[in-house]
Amino acid sequence: MNGIIEIGIVQLLAAYVFLAALLFIIKKQGIAKEKEILIASLRMTIQLVITGYVLVYIFEINHFVLSIGILALMEFFAIRNTYSRVKSPINGKLKRVIALSLVSGTTMTIVYFLLIVIGLSPWYETRYFIPISGMIIGNSMTGISLGAERLIDGMSNRRDLVEGALMLGATPAKATKGIVNDAFTAAILPTMNSMIGMGIVFLPGMMAGQILSGVSPLTAIQYQIAIMLGIMGSVSLTVYAMVYFGYKTFFNERLQLEDQG
Amino acid sequence: MFSLKNVAFRDIIEIGYLVIPENKVTCIVGESGSGKTTLLKLLNNLISPDKGDILHQDKRLEEFDPIELRRRVVMLPQVPVIFPGTIRKNLLMGIELSDREPVEDRVLVSHLKGAKVDKDLDSDASKLSGGEKQRLALCRITLMKPEVLLLDEPSSALDDGTEELIIESMVSFARKESKTLVMVTHSKRIARTYGEYIVSMDKGKVVQVEEVNLDERDH
Repeated sequence: MNGIIEIGIVQLLAAYVFLAALLFIIKKQGIAKEKEILIASLRMTIQLVITGYVLVYIFEINHFVLSIGILALMEFFAIRNTYSRVKSPINGKLKRVIALSLVSGTTMTIVYFLLIVIGLSPWYETRYFIPISGMIIGNSMTGISLGAERLIDGMSNRRDLVEGALMLGATPAKATKGIVNDAFTAAILPTMNSMIGMGIVFLPGMMAGQILSGVSPLTAIQYQIAIMLGIMGSVSLTVYAMVYFGYKTFFNERLQLEDQG
Repeated sequence: MFSLKNVAFRDIIEIGYLVIPENKVTCIVGESGSGKTTLLKLLNNLISPDKGDILHQDKRLEEFDPIELRRRVVMLPQVPVIFPGTIRKNLLMGIELSDREPVEDRVLVSHLKGAKVDKDLDSDASKLSGGEKQRLALCRITLMKPEVLLLDEPSSALDDGTEELIIESMVSFARKESKTLVMVTHSKRIARTYGEYIVSMDKGKVVQVEEVNLDERDH
């Protein structure tokens, strides 16, 4: 069997039987979540249909302005999403550090990945540029959100330890080393865990998609390995930049702890 | 020597003029909320005054490198900070954090012994009692041998017997090594017994400064 089996409208509609089954179960169990499930399914359908048409259009035009514009849009939403994901209040300086770390870390990784690892030509080929940028930015956003949350919580919960170290003449870097390292570890952990389970516990989405499209599993794994390494690099780079510059936002120019309240 | 001129910090402290002499034991007394701890934090550069000047050896604190200043003027908080790890790690923490020369185990052991902490260097510091933690924190700063020691209620977690012993050893350390010791205490008795200079504070203001004649007191 070669190529992909096209799914017709009727067959696609047949997949909604799973939604019907779920609605039946929750109705029977008296779980009042019908509205949320329907909204989620509807949103997923509409969003993907729109995305599909938009991508067809974008791939046809294939212009560098479009690639850069979409990259900027993805970065913008990733920054906004990070701010809303972090539950603790973020100070203004840390917000700037988060934005700069995310944009610089992901952009550097994307450029390296597309030009050196894939050897993309032209460099803005939207079919590659957009999905790869999306995966790198999405994972980095998750990492930086976790890292920022840990950093803020650590600076608040372990304030006495930081202050105690400062009293002894420690530099802010030394006084916050434990907190910074914890934040970094917490941020890269999900990426590490997903790498450990990959190929055994689950088939990653990109690889599964490629295989379904008729690509050889051997080519698919090459892409998957490369993108996982790219994601790991980008997450590490963005989180490291965030924690490295982020802890400094908790101190003033006299190297005193700022009031965060 | 420290001198404070028209120093104010929020609505906690308002000091017109105060001198803290060099190589002497100064005790700061006053009720809770009188601004004693805030005064120590100002001297340690943990916070800066909203207005006024604090001078150390005739130089404004702002002119010092903040880290360098804290390494010379070390503060011990009222609730001792115990870092995760062993007693050895905690004792060496001040030396390590302030980039001083490492100290041998035998020196650490003799300091612990002097502070009546009868524990192995490899024991977990978090398992110590409140009083032992306070004495461990005191050992940590004496090992650093800073120019000025700022102690915030150093005997708050100690029983009467140990309190006397520890304060006495801190005071004799300061005198022997010619250090400036500034000690916040709620106990007028401790201030009278050990202070050469007693500063009384009330509602953020200095209400009385007394110089004690050691010869008269010791006889």
